[in-house]
Amino acid sequence: MLNTTMQAAFTRREFVHRSLAVVSTAATIPTFLHQSAYALVDPDDMPLIKDQPGIPQDRILVVVQLSGGNDGLNTVVPYGNPTYHNARPGLALRENQVLPLDGGDGIGLHWQLEPLREMIGEGLASIIQGVGYPNPNRSHFASMDIYHTCQARGGKGLGWLGQLLDQIDPTNGTSLVALSGEAPLAGQGHKTQPIAFENPKLFRWIGSEMHAALEARYQQISRDSVEDPNGINTLIPQPDNPRSFIRRTALDAQVASQAINEAVAQGSVTSYPGGQLSEQLRMVGAMIRAGLGTRVFYVGLNGFDTHAGQAGRHANLLRQFAVAMQAFYRELQAIGQDQRVLTLAFSEFGRRVGQNASQGTDHGTAGPMFMFGPMIRAGLLGKHPSLAKLDQGDLIYNVDFRSVYAAVMEKWLKADSRKVLGKTFRPANILKNV
Amino acid sequence: MAISQSLSPLRPDQFGPDQAQHLLNRAGFGGTTAQVAELVEMGLREAVKHLVDYRQVDASSLPKPQADADIIAPLTPEQRQRQAAAIRAGNEAEIARFRALRQQRKADDRRQLEHLQQWWLQRMIESPRPLEEKLVLLWHSHFATNHRTVEDSFLMFKQNLLLRRHANGRFSDLAFGIIRDPAMIRFLDNHANKKQKPNENLARELMELFTLGEGNYTENDIKQGARALTGYSFYDNEFQFMDHEHDEKPKRILGISGTLNGEDFVRILLKQKACAAFVCYKLYKHFVADIPDQMPRESRSVILQMARSLRATDYRIAPVLKKLFMSRHFYDTAIVGSKIKSPLQLIAGTIRMLGTPVRDMSLLIDAAGTMGQTLFNPPSVAGWSGGNTWINTSTLFIRQNLATYLITGKLPYLDGWTRRQLDYDPTFLTEGVSNRSPEALIDHLIKILIAGPIPAQRRTQLLAFVNERDGQIKKDRMIGLLMLITAMPEYQLC
Repeated sequence: MLNTTMQAAFTRREFVHRSLAVVSTAATIPTFLHQSAYALVDPDDMPLIKDQPGIPQDRILVVVQLSGGNDGLNTVVPYGNPTYHNARPGLALRENQVLPLDGGDGIGLHWQLEPLREMIGEGLASIIQGVGYPNPNRSHFASMDIYHTCQARGGKGLGWLGQLLDQIDPTNGTSLVALSGEAPLAGQGHKTQPIAFENPKLFRWIGSEMHAALEARYQQISRDSVEDPNGINTLIPQPDNPRSFIRRTALDAQVASQAINEAVAQGSVTSYPGGQLSEQLRMVGAMIRAGLGTRVFYVGLNGFDTHAGQAGRHANLLRQFAVAMQAFYRELQAIGQDQRVLTLAFSEFGRRVGQNASQGTDHGTAGPMFMFGPMIRAGLLGKHPSLAKLDQGDLIYNVDFRSVYAAVMEKWLKADSRKVLGKTFRPANILKNV
Repeated sequence: MAISQSLSPLRPDQFGPDQAQHLLNRAGFGGTTAQVAELVEMGLREAVKHLVDYRQVDASSLPKPQADADIIAPLTPEQRQRQAAAIRAGNEAEIARFRALRQQRKADDRRQLEHLQQWWLQRMIESPRPLEEKLVLLWHSHFATNHRTVEDSFLMFKQNLLLRRHANGRFSDLAFGIIRDPAMIRFLDNHANKKQKPNENLARELMELFTLGEGNYTENDIKQGARALTGYSFYDNEFQFMDHEHDEKPKRILGISGTLNGEDFVRILLKQKACAAFVCYKLYKHFVADIPDQMPRESRSVILQMARSLRATDYRIAPVLKKLFMSRHFYDTAIVGSKIKSPLQLIAGTIRMLGTPVRDMSLLIDAAGTMGQTLFNPPSVAGWSGGNTWINTSTLFIRQNLATYLITGKLPYLDGWTRRQLDYDPTFLTEGVSNRSPEALIDHLIKILIAGPIPAQRRTQLLAFVNERDGQIKKDRMIGLLMLITAMPEYQLC
């Protein structure tokens, strides 16, 4: 057995080697290191470690949540349709405010989306039009829950990404990292627990800042792999025993905190513009570069709930979105990681066709989703939702979002989407043969 | 040694400070050494009685909530007419006024919700009847309803009062009450459950999550149960039975036939043997251990004994709790210090045990949310899963940082800290400890803060921290020690 009092003295690298030596006594290894420890070992020497066939270990998914309900009609703009102009006398974009797209007859992009158009031209971006679901809910929370869980009312509290990771990477303690204060419901699995932080500085103990003498003691306390004294009964067996679980998590937390803070401090090769999303993607890029082993990153941009004075705010948000995505993929190309990273951007709903009296738009239904990465089928996918045939003034969806999720799960991460979605959805044709 | 699976009581002389502390942790939110000593003084039987029969304890000094019943009042018929007319006429200015009115109400409602969250947390921190708050929290997670969906803080408050009224009363009263509770009706769409078009939501959860548990009914029972609940609606904050929406025709639920209304449906559920066992399983998980679905043998045995008692007393909760809190099983070393604290237990417990300032109530509510527990907003109808699901690497840091915040006033997201923020002197914690050696003082602090066994290495670290300087434990050193102890993995357990 490992001499526990020595353990904290090791550097991280030595720590990895140490844990290799004790792979068979998995309880003492931080779960965070399981994957990387295994990866370093010649599989022939490790007959006990089962490979999971068919799951590419290196594939990453980034999910971008555009919160508030993005106005799809002023994002992917049907500028050639008079109905659009009639419904939005003060908000409709004119032809000279729209970027035309190949194959987009009378449909173009908001003028702030030039970076997105460039990415489409480079084969790096696509727009899936008219995405939604049956019986749309117009409440932010309820509809967001539906996108997170694929169930009405948040189901039983499990998310699609968490359940997906339960299948493909259940023992990885950093399988999902969300750059938000609260963990997204989408990331909750039976086994999978998302890591969530707005700022990696908060992903550590603040006591260390207050007195230098505390840091070393704290590290040792968190990393000491201790056992209970003999003669203590345990009711709940391993691996769920709370006492062991919490100690293991404390050790995981130290290792992950150090890895993440080091990765993020390392910074990027290229430069990023400012803004909330851009800053999050910069950190994601750094974590990918550092080889953190995270399979899903969750980031977001807020403020799409444009009930009043929409034009300027919406333009600004779209610009932030587009420039951040472009910068992210430039960075991924520069560090040679772009082939590994698929990005999916969604919003909980689109907005009503008709504008309101405050130069804004109210909650609607279907809207576009965006995909990024060299593995996607680039361009404008699917049909623009009809402006002639509406449901109570709202767009009717053409593509069920769950068929987009199914494609991501089946084709990209090689998971069984039926287990997550509860029934079979034919994967939308949005990815190349990957 | 085998784990006791007996509900028979502990010998009175076995009830010492460790046991009293465990009782206070589990039946409440922990407490000071003085409070522990009081319980020891009372003796096991009286101490349990004091906690469970809490209505005898005066709680009149607690703050009263301000809840405006009309926070989300529906538009008056006259307003509705005006709005409809404005929409017909395309009167944009008038439509905008109505929209602004609605947004104002939503903002007021959110503010009222925040007030109610703080009111409840304050009770957890201050109430002389801690078990009351702990039970209401259990029922809130059991009959889980969330404001995100209900969108009316007054209805959430009203539901809280229902849970509070019967918290240690009869489970049957809770079950009968909940099918007439406006927040629940709204949450599970029962206002849309009509004889022409039944909605199964409430019927399904009533069986699966509130009374029987999965596997104890059929899909057909749900369909029939939904019919029994047709017409159970609400209007203007009050339950309303919609005669003409109710399905009067005969139904058959779990083998019993009749015209069957909602109350008949609940009565049928309460008659099932599975019901008492299911409720006791929930009580056990809340107060004893977060057991996995594959129940340990000992837990199963204890739960079945509890269920017998619950049935024998016609679903009275207090007697079964008294039995449990006096039982040998409850005080077994396998149970003590091996339950992960909920975020609210952590917050209220740290303040109660350490006597720290409350600091900023709204910040505490936010922190509880980030740790996964927002009052009036459980994640789904299944409530909080609890146990290990509270903990991941991020929430662990938030928990540690929260304790540091309570002890020192240091805000996690702000750089720097000045002594002016401290506003806390912990030296009273070791008053009355006659042996003033660092070892003895450290042992004392560990004893009052950590439940259950603690590895020797932990103590070594604390001692090394003190001995790095002069070996004296004055105010500053003690602050440091408390920060380290609350950052120990074992501090997350109780």
